[in-house]
Amino acid sequence: MTSAVDPNLSVAAAVSARPDAAPAPTKIKVENLNFYYGQNHALKNINFEIPEKRVTAMIGPSGCGKSTLLRVFNRMFDLYPGQRAEGSVLFDGVNIVGKELDPTIIRTRIGMVFQKPTPFPMSIYDNIAFGVRLHESLSKSKMDERVESCLRKAAIWEETKDRLHTSALGMSGGQQQRLCIARTIAVQPEVILLDEPTSALDPISTSKIEDLIDELKQDFTIIIVTHNMQQAARCADYTAFFYLGELVEVAPSDVIFTNPKQIKTRDYITGRFG
Amino acid sequence: MSSLAVRRTKDYAVKVISTGFAVVALFLLVWILFTLVQKGLPALTTNVFTKMTLPPGHNGGLLNAIVGSLMQIGLAMVIGTPIGLFAGTFLAENGRTSKLGHITRFVNDILLSAPSILVGLFVYAFLVNPFGGFSGWAGAVALAILVIPVVVRTTEDMLNLVPVGLREAAYALGAPRWKVVTMVTWRAARAGIMTGILLSIARAAGETAPLLFTSLGNNSWSTDMSAPMASLPIAIYQYAGSPFDDWVALAWAGALLITMSVLFLNVISRLVLSRTK
Repeated sequence: MTSAVDPNLSVAAAVSARPDAAPAPTKIKVENLNFYYGQNHALKNINFEIPEKRVTAMIGPSGCGKSTLLRVFNRMFDLYPGQRAEGSVLFDGVNIVGKELDPTIIRTRIGMVFQKPTPFPMSIYDNIAFGVRLHESLSKSKMDERVESCLRKAAIWEETKDRLHTSALGMSGGQQQRLCIARTIAVQPEVILLDEPTSALDPISTSKIEDLIDELKQDFTIIIVTHNMQQAARCADYTAFFYLGELVEVAPSDVIFTNPKQIKTRDYITGRFG
Repeated sequence: MSSLAVRRTKDYAVKVISTGFAVVALFLLVWILFTLVQKGLPALTTNVFTKMTLPPGHNGGLLNAIVGSLMQIGLAMVIGTPIGLFAGTFLAENGRTSKLGHITRFVNDILLSAPSILVGLFVYAFLVNPFGGFSGWAGAVALAILVIPVVVRTTEDMLNLVPVGLREAAYALGAPRWKVVTMVTWRAARAGIMTGILLSIARAAGETAPLLFTSLGNNSWSTDMSAPMASLPIAIYQYAGSPFDDWVALAWAGALLITMSVLFLNVISRLVLSRTK
């Protein structure tokens, strides 16, 4: 994945290493979803299914609506007056867009990792325990176990086990991002949303996170927004291409990167625009 | 003269003028501090900390004034800090768009720059007159009213510096709003908020006007908050204008004491800020 000469070729090479696009039950079903930032119509009639325990990538140029859609899935947009969603997002068959469901419950089941690492200003241990304490009251030993298992799953245990009680702010960016992933899985969600999780990281940290994504899909449904098409090809079983607030095409990654149906998709993945 | 030469001349002139005035400002400050130390330090004997204010010629001290100041400032902080902290939090977390937020912020800005004697008069009208006399309680309330706007302003400013991403990350774990605020946002801004609180103590410590009509001052030992109460600024006010040399010396000692405490608080707050950066 070093050559930038022919992006299409390198993407295709990455895809051939991903045989895991077998059918799976639907975890999230988006139906006729429209989203507005005030007057701005940001998502237009999206229909989309996300399979369980697979990695689904959402790609597209800046402003195409992919992050907006991600923030609908955990109702993050609720925090901002003036943003609203219409239509439905069925999560295990239950509509999570309506006002009936408490967003804190949705966010417990659908976790999120952000573009910039966001460690809380507390110890590494407390960063993990913070989310757990919100929802469960564990004994000290159970909590220790939970913290350790999450740090192990996020492939950061070896680096942190001797300094669990030091501030998380002293870690490197890549470590902070893996801590954020550990913190997210500590709450035991079913879905993990990743919003450009590696765009602020160096290549080595990026490849660690990508390996981690591969591991995590054993247990979690993963949706990743990325600007990096190679990353989508490497990590994702399915890829959805968005353009100007519309879902242009969604297909298994090997199909979308080697034989896209839409001309727009092909132009984007071959680097003609975006 | 070419236009470049004109510009250079202007540049030079502005540099000279601004440097000159900076020196004047610094000179005044050093002069004040020098005088303060020169007159205050010799008078700063152990008597100051161990004896009451006594009639002239009796080798008195400032113990009752020091204790009175500490008690009134302490109570003012107990009243003012929570109000300021929560109001500032409201402004930063909820009050960006709400009407109540705009009004609160506007009124707070006025209060921040209001003459402190006005605060004294207000408390006189509402606490001293109706409740039968001057008291330490009234003095503490007057000081609290001065503390609140400082804490509100710094709390709001510091919370606004906390990145949105950090709040969102806490919400994303399913945290309810109050936990996001108390466990994450406050924590992230705690050094700045602490600094604001320390600076508000410094402000309250030096105020005389709000105490004139409220706690009045007291020449004998009293820790009864419902009676008139001594304080350092009032003692300085009374003693500095007196014709007795030993009283004037004590006034300088008191002034030095307040200045040193304020300086100390400022240094501490800078340390708190720099340690967490």
